[in-house]
Amino acid sequence: MASTPTDLDALVAQKYQHGFVTDVESDTLPPGLDEDVVRVISRIKREPQFMLDWRLRALRHWQTMANPDWAHLRIAPIDYQSISYYSAPRAKTDGPKSLDEVDPKLLATYEKLGVPLHERARLAGVAVDAVFDSVSVATTFKEKLARAGVIFCSFSDAVRNHPDLIEQYLGSVVPYADNYFAALNSAVFSDGSFVYVPQGVRCPMELSTYFRINAANTGQFERTLIIADEGSHVSYLEGCTAPMRDENQLHAAVVELVALRDASIKYSTVQNWYPGDENGVGGIYNFVTKRGECRGANSRISWTQVETGSAITWKYPSCVLSGDNSVGEFYSVALANHYQQADTGTKMIHIGRNTRSTIVAKGISAGRGQNTYRGLVKILPSAEGARNFTQCDSLLMGDKCGAHTFPYMEIKNPTAVVEHEATTSKIADDQLFYSRSRGVSEEDAVNMIVNGFCKVVFKELPMEFAVEAQNLLAVSLEGSVG
Amino acid sequence: MLSIRDLHAQIGVRKILKGVNLEVKPGEVHAIMGPNGSGKSTLASVLAGRAGYEVTKGTAHYLGDDLLALEPEERARRGVFLAFQYPVEIPGVNNAYLLKAALNAVRKQRGLQELDAFEFLALIKDKMKLMQMDESFLSRGVNEGFSGGEKKRNEILQMAVLEPKLALLDETDSGLDIDALRVVATGVNSLRSPERAIVMITHYQRLLDYIEPDFVHVLSDGRILRTGDKSLALELEKRGYDWVKQEASAA
Repeated sequence: MASTPTDLDALVAQKYQHGFVTDVESDTLPPGLDEDVVRVISRIKREPQFMLDWRLRALRHWQTMANPDWAHLRIAPIDYQSISYYSAPRAKTDGPKSLDEVDPKLLATYEKLGVPLHERARLAGVAVDAVFDSVSVATTFKEKLARAGVIFCSFSDAVRNHPDLIEQYLGSVVPYADNYFAALNSAVFSDGSFVYVPQGVRCPMELSTYFRINAANTGQFERTLIIADEGSHVSYLEGCTAPMRDENQLHAAVVELVALRDASIKYSTVQNWYPGDENGVGGIYNFVTKRGECRGANSRISWTQVETGSAITWKYPSCVLSGDNSVGEFYSVALANHYQQADTGTKMIHIGRNTRSTIVAKGISAGRGQNTYRGLVKILPSAEGARNFTQCDSLLMGDKCGAHTFPYMEIKNPTAVVEHEATTSKIADDQLFYSRSRGVSEEDAVNMIVNGFCKVVFKELPMEFAVEAQNLLAVSLEGSVG
Repeated sequence: MLSIRDLHAQIGVRKILKGVNLEVKPGEVHAIMGPNGSGKSTLASVLAGRAGYEVTKGTAHYLGDDLLALEPEERARRGVFLAFQYPVEIPGVNNAYLLKAALNAVRKQRGLQELDAFEFLALIKDKMKLMQMDESFLSRGVNEGFSGGEKKRNEILQMAVLEPKLALLDETDSGLDIDALRVVATGVNSLRSPERAIVMITHYQRLLDYIEPDFVHVLSDGRILRTGDKSLALELEKRGYDWVKQEASAA
């Protein structure tokens, strides 16, 4: 496995001998998935043997599995052999040359979201060499983290520089055999984030993918691993409210969180991948496995998500509450407009004593959107004194959309206290008229009512993210009334 | 200010207004009384622009403009205010937020600068004292969990903040006990001015004890049958509505 960067060319050439056609300009592997492809990915990334072995086991398992069809989603068949599973970080020449070449509609959206000017170019994939402000910000940021002893780097860097941590924790929360998309991700994941917060350290700042250099090139199979050691605390922000240029239709990410004794992890997501156009053409398939384990006593994991993008969302950020007195939380806003479909929710698995979980899920359906909440609360016999509170509310706009709720409960301990509340409402005409008769425009009134509906979730988001999330909802709902 | 001519309106095929005529000038206070189902609330709804009503004939002009052609928010921005009979709850949206958005929409229309949060709070505090409302109400959801009296006081507070030119009060007195009625009336009276017209819709004379009207109209079966001064209200209180109908049909 000893390899150097110069091996890359040789490797590519070698693969060519085996029948691969390589487009030298874009460094993209030809479509198709087999063991050779996995070996190439692992070698390009100069991974240790254990990583390759793990990827191969995942691939072999994946090959025995079938595409899941239990979700309330209509998904056109995906040809996994037509996808290319590795693409080198793109040369700076294939994007638009300047903002003038970017779709004016996209620019208008950035304007409405209040994205800073220097940001717009990066998000739109403009090939510019100028050093953005964010780079210098990122540098000071890295120094500060290093002083605290926090490791925050790309997953590839972590595999090379902290193989012991990777070997110990990778797949320990989401095993490669967990589900179809997790297995696929485990075999071919391209890159992602790695965070380790040492014992007793309170991470001095919110960690955000935005600040991780090269975050834009993590690709379609992203993998994130966050470990909070005993007594530590970290808050992680993923995603961006601004729509990102992306050519990959299938996204299958895996996120694993591990909280040891007295540790807490707060994970916030704003997902705004391309949802397809208003006729349901195109759009990202977002099939994500996110799970955290409260491994130690008194630990806490909190998921907050605002899902407005993607044509199809399949996602259940979950908590395994192993440690006694551990706490799991899930706060979600999911929006399905036009022809979007979302099947999202959570699983709370209570194992330890006196474990507690809270679920607050808000689904908004508009246009012909279909929004499904799917949640499991499982209380094992060992979970003496466990508690769960679930609230899931649906808001419907118009009469062509749908809201569906599938709450599952498996209670194996008689001391458990489990509460479930659910409501479904329409944006009432009288609410709209009341607001309008006070001078508020119809569109602003809709936004106001929707934001009121989502308020309890938004207040879980870090401050600046909450404001962005509100703007995002407004933009995502544009034209859904009237 | 408001000029209604031969106004006909219906919901579906049910005809409700059958030729209403009404002239309202700045500074005047009008009371529209009448039995249940006479079309009082429909008149208020049509003037404010609620959906579901079809105007089949007639006109309503406000400050010279065709009121019925304007969107509801446009009417509000130009100074028309409807105090709802049943104020609507909007969970999660706090009162202060709606009120500030409303005020700034109106100010923008009037060519005034929009107020920031501090200026807005300063302005609203005095008005809240007048309506005997606790400040905690500002952070509560719009009408969310309010008692009947609180909802009505909130309507008048909104009116006090928005300072409309034409205020339509739709049964603002219904469901109020005598103390709450006094507070609401004090609020409305404080807003009487030579530039502002107020049209009150009510079943009962008792509101008029507190807010003295210049004109009293009897609306029955979609038409205004009789117009008089405040003594007409007292007469109605004593004799009911039937004699008005009888006299009208005899004439």
